[in-house]
Amino acid sequence: MSTVVNEPSSAIPASSVAGPVQIQRRPLNKKELASEHPTWCPGCGDFSVLAIYLKLVEKRQLDQERLVSVSGIGCSSRFPYFVQAHGAHFIHGRSIPFACGISLSRPDLHVFVFGGDGDIFSIGGNHITHAARKNIKLTVVIMDNFVYGLTKKQTSPTSPIGYKSKTDTLGAIDQPINPVKQVIAAGATFVARTSHTNPNHLLQMMEAAMDHDGFSVIECLSECVEFYPGAFDAANPRKGGAFNLVPPDHDVTDELAAYRLASAPFPGHFGIFYQVKRPTKNALEAQLNARAREKYAGLQDWQILQQSFNRMK
Amino acid sequence: MSNMLSQEVATRSPAGPRQVSDVVIRIAGNSQDGIQAIGGFLARLAGRSEQEVMTFMTIPSTISGGPSIFQVRMSSGEVLSAGDEADLLVAFYQHSYESHIHSLKQGGIVLCDTDHVVFKPEWEPKYHHIGIPISSLTVEAIGGTGREKGKNLFVLGLLAKMYDLNLEKLEGLIRERFAGRDAAIVENAIAAFEAGHQYSLEKVIETYRFLDSASRQKRQVVMNGNEAVAYGLIAAGVRFGTAYPITPWSDIMELLRRELPKYGGTYVQCEDEIASICMALGSSYSGRVAVTGTSGPGLSLKMEALGWGVMAEMPLVVIDVQRGGPSTGLPTQVEQSDLNLAVFGSHGDAPRIVLAPCSVKDAFDTAIEAVNLAREYSCPVILLTDQSIATRIEAFEEPDLEKLCQDISPDLSPVASHKPYDLAAPDGITRHVPPGVWIQDGKYPVATGLEHDEYGHPSGVPKLHADMSAKRRRKLQALARRLPSPVVYGPEKGKVLLVGWGSSRGPIQEAVDLARTQGEFWSALHIRYINPLAEGLEEIFDRFERILVVELNDQGLYRYGQLAGLLRARFGRPNIQGVNKTDGLTFKVREIVEMVRRQLIPSSSSH
Repeated sequence: MSTVVNEPSSAIPASSVAGPVQIQRRPLNKKELASEHPTWCPGCGDFSVLAIYLKLVEKRQLDQERLVSVSGIGCSSRFPYFVQAHGAHFIHGRSIPFACGISLSRPDLHVFVFGGDGDIFSIGGNHITHAARKNIKLTVVIMDNFVYGLTKKQTSPTSPIGYKSKTDTLGAIDQPINPVKQVIAAGATFVARTSHTNPNHLLQMMEAAMDHDGFSVIECLSECVEFYPGAFDAANPRKGGAFNLVPPDHDVTDELAAYRLASAPFPGHFGIFYQVKRPTKNALEAQLNARAREKYAGLQDWQILQQSFNRMK
Repeated sequence: MSNMLSQEVATRSPAGPRQVSDVVIRIAGNSQDGIQAIGGFLARLAGRSEQEVMTFMTIPSTISGGPSIFQVRMSSGEVLSAGDEADLLVAFYQHSYESHIHSLKQGGIVLCDTDHVVFKPEWEPKYHHIGIPISSLTVEAIGGTGREKGKNLFVLGLLAKMYDLNLEKLEGLIRERFAGRDAAIVENAIAAFEAGHQYSLEKVIETYRFLDSASRQKRQVVMNGNEAVAYGLIAAGVRFGTAYPITPWSDIMELLRRELPKYGGTYVQCEDEIASICMALGSSYSGRVAVTGTSGPGLSLKMEALGWGVMAEMPLVVIDVQRGGPSTGLPTQVEQSDLNLAVFGSHGDAPRIVLAPCSVKDAFDTAIEAVNLAREYSCPVILLTDQSIATRIEAFEEPDLEKLCQDISPDLSPVASHKPYDLAAPDGITRHVPPGVWIQDGKYPVATGLEHDEYGHPSGVPKLHADMSAKRRRKLQALARRLPSPVVYGPEKGKVLLVGWGSSRGPIQEAVDLARTQGEFWSALHIRYINPLAEGLEEIFDRFERILVVELNDQGLYRYGQLAGLLRARFGRPNIQGVNKTDGLTFKVREIVEMVRRQLIPSSSSH
């Protein structure tokens, strides 16, 4: 395990960004941060993810204008519309590269991605792998409901074998993805699991993910009451299930222990499975730039370009 | 064999250097022979000597090996094309000799490496054959390192002698090229070069000297089209880019990856073409004007995300270095067949700006213009260049960088309120306000791919989709009104107007010149703005009987190519017809003249 480098966390120097006028303002509360009323079905798990996100912003007194919520396509991806802050509702499966573009360009922003299991692991499967290995500073919250909800009940990459959907009327036959194992293997440096039914735990995980300097992923079970009701009852003590925390003696830097823990059958465990420090791409690019700029100290951009042109004469 | 030949040639060689103003040299070998390097040295020398220069190259799509050529045209006057026929062919191998002998003009010189080439008696009377054991002489000169490395520099020495080129400058260029390498490498290179130069050409061949060219006020820079695009983007202030490797685009990303950090910028190699455009859009959303680029297949992959850029009204520059398609097609050869994809690609009505540069210099200028149009119109801009511009080396007057370079860092000053998609904005042109900007009335925008209201929130109101579609369209209509009027090359009216775009501008104009010397008065029109089309075209088309659109793409089902199709759709004129070819090579001047003549025969004009 390598150590975290104490460098500015982005390649683009903050000095090249014209700063906003510093005015002391009262931080906003949850209510003021809420935008239009969510279009989710009554009882949908996504409501509590939204509520906890707003609570996080309130608790940590984040600047409204520095918060960016990014999503792809799906029920959960409607998320940015319900937050009164800058946001982008991008195309299906591509929210992660879009968010990486923001993170690598602007060190001053808090970048959160919200997406479902289909958006992140099916159509966007390639992107989470590469953002994870590059350790780009941002937080991905996967609102996992084991089903395609927006398109009305097709099998998703996390649907368990035997789940009866409109595309598997006799029950799903394909091996589902194990989100925690998948992102650890890809190189994510923070991997946690939680559920919409335990708001306090969800808040703890979101806060820890936000504070992690690197690519942080939370799998949050978020029940689809319309197409997969009761899917997560086994993880809900109020429904007779068990919300098993990650054992206190689990070493979060032990990759193999994290895999073993993540291999437990449903409902498995909840908490931080894996967390290591590894330089972010943001920091590595900043180092690269600092090195490249040493030779050009004091020169304006046109003078640097002029030097290149002088070599082409 | 070479002895016999020198005797034969001696009788034909006049003494003393002959004055020339225009020379086309084709060097043919394999891709690992370093023939691009010879061409590069000659091109840069010409640039330093105030000569005009243009080059043309073909490279195989294999990694190593395979035939490759480099053609360089140097002139004391203006150069519009790489030249139809060569004055001199340098052939390293039998296959180079046999495949390229016909590119020589009648009586032209073919200089062969007799270690690998056996002359064909039937060609000896037609072309001036010179045999030199280039490979063994090079090995001898640099102490027998084997593998025949350095024979390109030996040939450069020969050429320097033949054309009385400036030795000091050439040696300087060689030293610059190998700067920072092992001293032995530099010395070997110089040794090979000098051996070539000292090889006695006396009585073997005539020597030449370039006429003085008109002295230029400013110095010239020499670069290829891919470099011009990359440096244009840097001058324009682009500080974030993304891409996935693909030929012939990759040079641009390699250069930006190397150069951008010097300016505090970042270039990211992404996992795929889709991620590239998505990450660039994310950076643009965050307040940068980001760039991504690709070639043919990659542009297909980027289309869905491009549509988001149109819908969310995000500034973005997409470079497409066109190659032959469809599918993997001709990865290292030229075609102008991505026009329809660039203009119409992506689902739904998705208006975007499309520009096409015609030369290396224009590639530099267009890159800057693309960035500025993207910012001004808050819209994706596609820059359509092609393999021939990408690899072609030209010299052009050095631009005033202090004046040109711009700072486009995001402005994060607070705003009282912000409607990202304000329908009342003049010409529908609104500005993107990036995150980090405090919006004082507390109403924050969402950038979205869903049809939306003026704040970016989804709306299913039918009238809103009509109004927003019109907003996105009206921006481009406003741009069309502001574009410079196209200028006719040649007579203002007449029987024939040749219309072209992109890299074929030079050969088309030379075709007009050539036809004129043969008593045919044609005109030419170059279209730089593909979408939207500039105003004023209709008035020009009114003055000509036949409008022939000369393009490097297929004639299609109805006998006209892609730009012709666009012009037909726009102007509804059946007298717009196509002159097309798809052999993966640039147009030769004479080829255009012949194709146009064939097209003008009455029987073929009924379509």
